[in-house]
Amino acid sequence: MNTITRTALLSVSLAALGATGAMAQEDKTVIAVSIPAATHGWTGGVVYHAEQAEQEIEAAFPDIDIVLKTSPSATAQVSALEDLTASQDIAALVILPFTSEELTGPVEQVKAGGTFITVVDRGLTDPAIQDLYVAGNNIAVGANTAEYLAEQLGGEGEIVVLRGIPTVIDDERIQGFTEVIDGTNIKILDIQYANWNQDEAFTLMQDYLAKYPHIDAVWANDDDMLLGVLEAIEQSGRTEIRYALGGNGMKDVIEMVMANDPVTPVSTPYPPSMIKTAIYMTAAQFHGQAPVRGTVLLDAPLITPENAEQFYFPDSPF
Amino acid sequence: MSIASAQVGAKNRGWSIRWSDMGPFIALGVIVLLGALLNQSFLSETNVLNVVTRSAFVAIIAIGATFVISSGGIDLSVGSMMAFVTGVMIMVMNALAPSLGSGAIVVGAGFALVVGALCGAANGLIVTIGRIEPFIVTLGTMGIFRALITFMTDGGSLPIDRGLRDAYRPVYFGSVLGVPIPIVISLAVILLGAFLLYRTKYGRRCAAVGANTDVARFSGVPVARVQTTAYVIQGLCVAVAAICYVPRLGAATPTTGQLWELQVITAVVIGGTALRGGKGRIWGTVAGALILEAIANLMVLSDMVSEYLVAAVQGVIIIVAMLVHRFAK
Repeated sequence: MNTITRTALLSVSLAALGATGAMAQEDKTVIAVSIPAATHGWTGGVVYHAEQAEQEIEAAFPDIDIVLKTSPSATAQVSALEDLTASQDIAALVILPFTSEELTGPVEQVKAGGTFITVVDRGLTDPAIQDLYVAGNNIAVGANTAEYLAEQLGGEGEIVVLRGIPTVIDDERIQGFTEVIDGTNIKILDIQYANWNQDEAFTLMQDYLAKYPHIDAVWANDDDMLLGVLEAIEQSGRTEIRYALGGNGMKDVIEMVMANDPVTPVSTPYPPSMIKTAIYMTAAQFHGQAPVRGTVLLDAPLITPENAEQFYFPDSPF
Repeated sequence: MSIASAQVGAKNRGWSIRWSDMGPFIALGVIVLLGALLNQSFLSETNVLNVVTRSAFVAIIAIGATFVISSGGIDLSVGSMMAFVTGVMIMVMNALAPSLGSGAIVVGAGFALVVGALCGAANGLIVTIGRIEPFIVTLGTMGIFRALITFMTDGGSLPIDRGLRDAYRPVYFGSVLGVPIPIVISLAVILLGAFLLYRTKYGRRCAAVGANTDVARFSGVPVARVQTTAYVIQGLCVAVAAICYVPRLGAATPTTGQLWELQVITAVVIGGTALRGGKGRIWGTVAGALILEAIANLMVLSDMVSEYLVAAVQGVIIIVAMLVHRFAK
């Protein structure tokens, strides 16, 4: 009798143990992460940092499961959201939307199921949907670069500017830049689109050099384009160009900053690692119940030789 | 219709045909004249050399496209293929650099030619053996090559070994007797292309297949072989362009060669090659490539056009040039 009870008790407790084990499995908080696929340098960086965050957080917080999904287009991202929510119960969604308009409705649907929503970089058309918003500051990217340039040039000189792809991001950078430059005696000789493309930046810079016999400085609005610009300047053999600046904090350019390059002494971050900030903050909400609802605007401080180490990710593709 | 136009072409082998062949060169002349009037630096030596050197990539690829299009095909994958070949070439060069030093450049370039030819052969064989519309086949391979280069670069960039950079740079930036090397290379490709298309049996078969596949087949032309060869020539041209391209920026990225297929096809058609096949114009293609690059250059040099409208004005100029060409006949 005694042995039987003991065995029964043991099996019951074992079963209970098993059950708690299974429950722990099911109770894992799922954080879904939906981001664009790596189609160019910056999104390549986003994918890299999201993967890093997934590994680090899952290792640090065993109760959190991160599901990462990359999508090559806005429509694919909408489908990805449907797949993510259909197969499992997700506690939180961290999303870097392809476009604001197309993703607003689908994200609202996910929100209706009681999911915590973190929006990164590109805002949705209805900000009421998001619980947490993490983004960089494009106006500051332009403005901080302009302030540095104005100071270095002593408030005078003739400069040329290369724009990216016609988007809000590009408009804001240019707006931040021109607002500061307008308050100085610096003249913007020319401003044209080079679509955030190294090749197009190279040809555009060649044309600028042919058109203007004297240029004091160039602002390329993005480090990928800056590399094309520098190549064109080197080929022309022109030496009067004192500064060629970019933005975004690409690792090749940060290496130049670290090496005290005289023409490119600084960059400004618009870091793809902001996805990591967002995932970590969302995890904090669920693991530690640290409240994170609100808006986080990452500043764009100048990257200088002194602080470059903090912005340098040698293993990232960007 | 194709037979009819081919016959007309054969009958009027006289002054009028030659006049219409001059179309692209007249258009180029007008644009150069316009450029000289708008901005004096347009005809400066540096600017002219820049523009001609830049047009080398599109010109070289477009020579291959002239064969594909005149044989009745189309290749939309050239831009992505260029990026892919560039990526493979850089990887091979970087891998061999420690053991071969600068010799890695030569081996890498040779490897690029093989990869390019294989890519072209893949396109050609799927089109001819698979009997699928070339538009669809090359749309598919365009996606494949683009995805492969994105995969190879992790979405970032794939730079060439720093040690090779200096040895390789002259291939884009160097010159022979004052002529930049990319121009020398494109001239070689152009002369070879012109010889092949105008002076050999293969060239005549190419046009025959493009004019009417059935008639060509009944006349004993090995249609599939002629078409596949055209795609292989295209692949080789893409590889040559890639060899000149790498030393310019020293890296391949997922945006390398993006939308070049459209520039290439535009250059070929502006040059007088019929998009429906049956007629190829090598020198016209070259003029077409120069026209595209000169227009883009002029847009930046002149202050007349708002930065937002540049693409619209380019489109208008291309269409007007084509209309002038049409009515000049």
